[in-house]
Amino acid sequence: MTTAAIVGSGNIGTDLLYKLQRSAHIEPRWMIGVDPDSEGLARARKMGVEASHEGVDWLLSQSELPDLVFEATSAYVHRANAPRYAELGIKAIDLTPAAVGPAVVPPANLTAHLDAPNVNMITCGGQATIPMVYAVSRVVPVAYAEIVASVASVSAGPGTRANIDEFTRTTSRGIEEIGGAERGKAIIILNPAEPPVIMRDTVFCAIPEDADRDAITLSVKEIAEYVATYVPGYRLRAEPQFDEPSPMNGGMARVAIFLEVEGAGDFLPPYAGNLDIMTAAATKVGEELAKGISK
Amino acid sequence: MKQANQAKQAKPYSDTLDIRVTDSSLRDGSHAKRHQFTADDVRSIVGALDGAGVPVIEVTHGDGLGGSSFNYGFSKTPEQELIKIAVDTAEQAKIAFLMLPGLGVKDDIRAAHANGASVCRIATHCTEADISVQHFGLAREMGLETVGFLMMAHSTTPEKLAAQARIMADAGCQCVYVVDSAGALVMDDVTDRVSALVAELGDDAQVGFHGHENLGLGVGNSVAAVRAGALQIDGSTRRLGAGAGNTPVEAFAAVCHKMGIRTGIDVLKIIDAAEDVVRPVMDDECLLDRMSLLMGHAGVYSSFLKHAYRQAERYGVSGAEILLTAGERRLVGGQEDQLIDIAVELAARD
Repeated sequence: MTTAAIVGSGNIGTDLLYKLQRSAHIEPRWMIGVDPDSEGLARARKMGVEASHEGVDWLLSQSELPDLVFEATSAYVHRANAPRYAELGIKAIDLTPAAVGPAVVPPANLTAHLDAPNVNMITCGGQATIPMVYAVSRVVPVAYAEIVASVASVSAGPGTRANIDEFTRTTSRGIEEIGGAERGKAIIILNPAEPPVIMRDTVFCAIPEDADRDAITLSVKEIAEYVATYVPGYRLRAEPQFDEPSPMNGGMARVAIFLEVEGAGDFLPPYAGNLDIMTAAATKVGEELAKGISK
Repeated sequence: MKQANQAKQAKPYSDTLDIRVTDSSLRDGSHAKRHQFTADDVRSIVGALDGAGVPVIEVTHGDGLGGSSFNYGFSKTPEQELIKIAVDTAEQAKIAFLMLPGLGVKDDIRAAHANGASVCRIATHCTEADISVQHFGLAREMGLETVGFLMMAHSTTPEKLAAQARIMADAGCQCVYVVDSAGALVMDDVTDRVSALVAELGDDAQVGFHGHENLGLGVGNSVAAVRAGALQIDGSTRRLGAGAGNTPVEAFAAVCHKMGIRTGIDVLKIIDAAEDVVRPVMDDECLLDRMSLLMGHAGVYSSFLKHAYRQAERYGVSGAEILLTAGERRLVGGQEDQLIDIAVELAARD
């Protein structure tokens, strides 16, 4: 079994621990934090995992090192830690926006970076929407794709809030580089409604006027089913909607895809599908890397 | 004269103005025009407003910098080009622009600054002020005047709104607006919110009010705001704005004149500008009809109006029902995509 450490004992790290404990390929052995009073570390101990508040220094000084590290700290911390993992041959799966390594979105490029020492999970909005851009762009050329991610206010942490530009820029780049759109745009909306709203995502893709709409619909459904294998609450809210070119649409024909992402409710509440899809996608990527390690 | 005395600010906006008016017909009005303003529209409207003494004119896509998109509608003319034209046309007025964090990015602010705009207005939903901190920081660094917009201000309490205003002021915002995006506030609501912000901000930042006409209260609410201590007021000439439109600048200027509140706007000139210059640019008057009244009544974001019409037509469902469902779902500004989702659902049900 491939061993793993989770670095970062907050909400994301804890939710990830639940998912990794169910994995048939990964054994989460360590949970690392920096606060002796961390609830996440206490919970990890109860779940049978060795937990330390002495940070990465402690982890990397152990006689047995993990095969994989899942980093759920911050971009700043991960940038400092990444070279240390790499030096010791520990593969890193980065859930922060640090983008040290190449980005992975399972349906589009799960196996493209198996040899990279470090892979990045982009953003929650990216994990939710890039699969759909990819689903369209593998059928027809997509000159422009735009995504709108609406998340519950309470599920957007201080890091996201302080640097919301980072979300839009990183996600836009992912739409282009992994989704396959020539140009990408990302919009994020925080909705404070109570009870908190489930993550909603809309994906608009410009398509040729004579595009084979049935083929696009088929591709979209197939990819949505694939994502649902690792994010059970990922679903299409409606059939893809096709529109003719109009001035409001910038003269482009388009398809609009409506998604809802409900979390599995492992540690985080079900409305926080935006966080669930990050930990679920990271688990999926980790398992793929684990296959390579066990060979 | 008693009225006039009551209306006088304890501390005026400046030596010559009691309050400062910002005209948003070339930004909020972009919604009503479905973002199809041309260079000529901007040249003629800025020329007329500037000539009437309007001190600040806002020019941007209706949804702020970067709003040109599938979700909100593509601009006919790139907004940065329109901003540049406005700057080149105005002789005395400052040119302002709007940006919504999460939609626009810092580079958009840099571009607007490079094109000569001087007032940076940053808008967030009224409970999400902390997403604007980096943008206020950048704007102040570049020497831009800053204004903060707390949108959908009817949907939270005066106390919570004041706490959000504090976040913006601490981030470098020089005037925080109570923004009645849904046109859902009635006079006492405005007084309570503006008073709460004035008490919280003191000398740290000014307070402003941005009204809509969805309950027919734009001018009345703006007067209430001034009496409660607001020093900046938004309007749109001929109401050219989202929903039933904004506070009509020409009517507000006339009312202020009667009340002895100095706005610096020439009432006769702005009345002419409204009729002769702005009206011909408009596709339709901004009306207090069923759809816009429902928005004020149900507290729905005014910019949803044209999108609701469009989706109602596209899917053969009731526009009023789309808006009411948007209210029930507590959608916030920016969630125009969800109107399609609602229309598809209504169509499937029918």
